[in-house]
Amino acid sequence: MGSHEVDDAAEVYSSDAAACTQAQISDEIAQLHGEYQRTLDRTGAPEAQPRLDFAPYRSSILRHPTKDLRHTDPETIELVSPAFGHRDVAEIESDLTIQHNGEPLGERMIVTGRVLDGEGHPVRGQLVEIWQANSAGRYIHKRDQHPAPIDPNFTGVGRCITGDDGTYRFTTIKPGAYPWKNHLNAWRPAHIHFSLFGNAFTQRIATQMYFPGDPLFPLDPIYQSIRDQSARDRLVASYDHELTSPEWSLGYRWDIVLTGSGKTWAEPEGDEHE
Amino acid sequence: MSEAPVTQIGTGRKPLPPTPGQTVGPFFGYALPFERGSELVDRAHPGAIRLHGVVYDGAGTPVPDAIVEIWQADADGSIAQETGSLKRDGFTFTGFGRAPVDNVGRYTFTTVNPGPTSPGSAPFIAVAVFARGLMNRLFTRIYLPEGGEALASDALLGALEPERRDTLVATRDADGGLRFDIRLQGEGETVFLDFEGR
Ligand SMILES: [Fe+2]
Repeated sequence: MGSHEVDDAAEVYSSDAAACTQAQISDEIAQLHGEYQRTLDRTGAPEAQPRLDFAPYRSSILRHPTKDLRHTDPETIELVSPAFGHRDVAEIESDLTIQHNGEPLGERMIVTGRVLDGEGHPVRGQLVEIWQANSAGRYIHKRDQHPAPIDPNFTGVGRCITGDDGTYRFTTIKPGAYPWKNHLNAWRPAHIHFSLFGNAFTQRIATQMYFPGDPLFPLDPIYQSIRDQSARDRLVASYDHELTSPEWSLGYRWDIVLTGSGKTWAEPEGDEHE
Repeated sequence: MSEAPVTQIGTGRKPLPPTPGQTVGPFFGYALPFERGSELVDRAHPGAIRLHGVVYDGAGTPVPDAIVEIWQADADGSIAQETGSLKRDGFTFTGFGRAPVDNVGRYTFTTVNPGPTSPGSAPFIAVAVFARGLMNRLFTRIYLPEGGEALASDALLGALEPERRDTLVATRDADGGLRFDIRLQGEGETVFLDFEGR
């Protein structure tokens, strides 16, 4: 692998990768998905997670482990999660539209849902963090060079603590799609980044929520790094008219399921030395 | 409330399929880091040490856009369930820290050596690594180099080939700090963990 493929802080994406066309990237995706389909037909065991090694996403080439992840049983500290609460997060941090003096531009929306563990139990009182581009597809980040307008009334960072039934709820605006330099004419489907904690540290995850019917889905190597269609579908929120408020905002619902916690739920965590 | 579908699935025995992970991308830097996120204890705290290292890619180049989280027991082996990591008061040990790497891939925490959570067990710090280009977070463990007997009898370490095992054991700096590099790929690739079983 030549040094020209090495990532660099200044040049966020490598130049040779940017020379590939969407057609080449789409071919690579189709090939990797075809391999998966053949394996699935044989084994019947769907992949639940993205492939770490997914070359159509160029930045993954040098950043994925080549050895298999080592299976181990979670122990002690891993069976517990850090605690967060209202001491950490103020109520207003869940509303991304009131962080400045004026109203941000774009479609105002509510995004809500429940955080559950693999057994369907709510993840209570845990931290949910989000970040996103503004309605024009621009992040408030020094490395975002997309020449779309910055919105002085929108930062795009939110936090909340889940309720007793695992519910999180944000008020924000719909982010725009944005270009990136993975290949020529590469565009990310509109998405919101989510960071989640569960009842055990092993449930820690970061992911992205998408919007229904996005025409960029088949073209996006990040979304397509999840090779199983039903797994990909789990990242797409659904429009919920019940959540939509008259004369105010649209509503989207997205439930999040964390992997099993590896411990029996509802067991009191009294013994800290366990 | 209209969460009926999930509730119904949730009452069954069959585990719910998980929400897949996705990369944190390049733009987490204004969202995930928080004030004093890397300071589990104050530098003046008795027993405070520096835990640091570099995140490398498969070409041996430092990764400048990774973010590292640690979660650990206190020096006496107790596991904190205190809130307040995001608004540190300078006194409460929450056991959680988050540090973005700098331009040369280096992360730094101020923390304490974790104690054994049960008598005779090898203390370790649980780690989650996130980065642009990394499709899903990776878990690993940082073991203390002084474990001796406990290290030798540790279930995970004991099952690894010696050179792979060494990737999970920090080295002790002259000033008492811990050095732990994270190699995402290639020569000396860090052992990353899967708790699900495949
Ligand atoms: Fe993004």
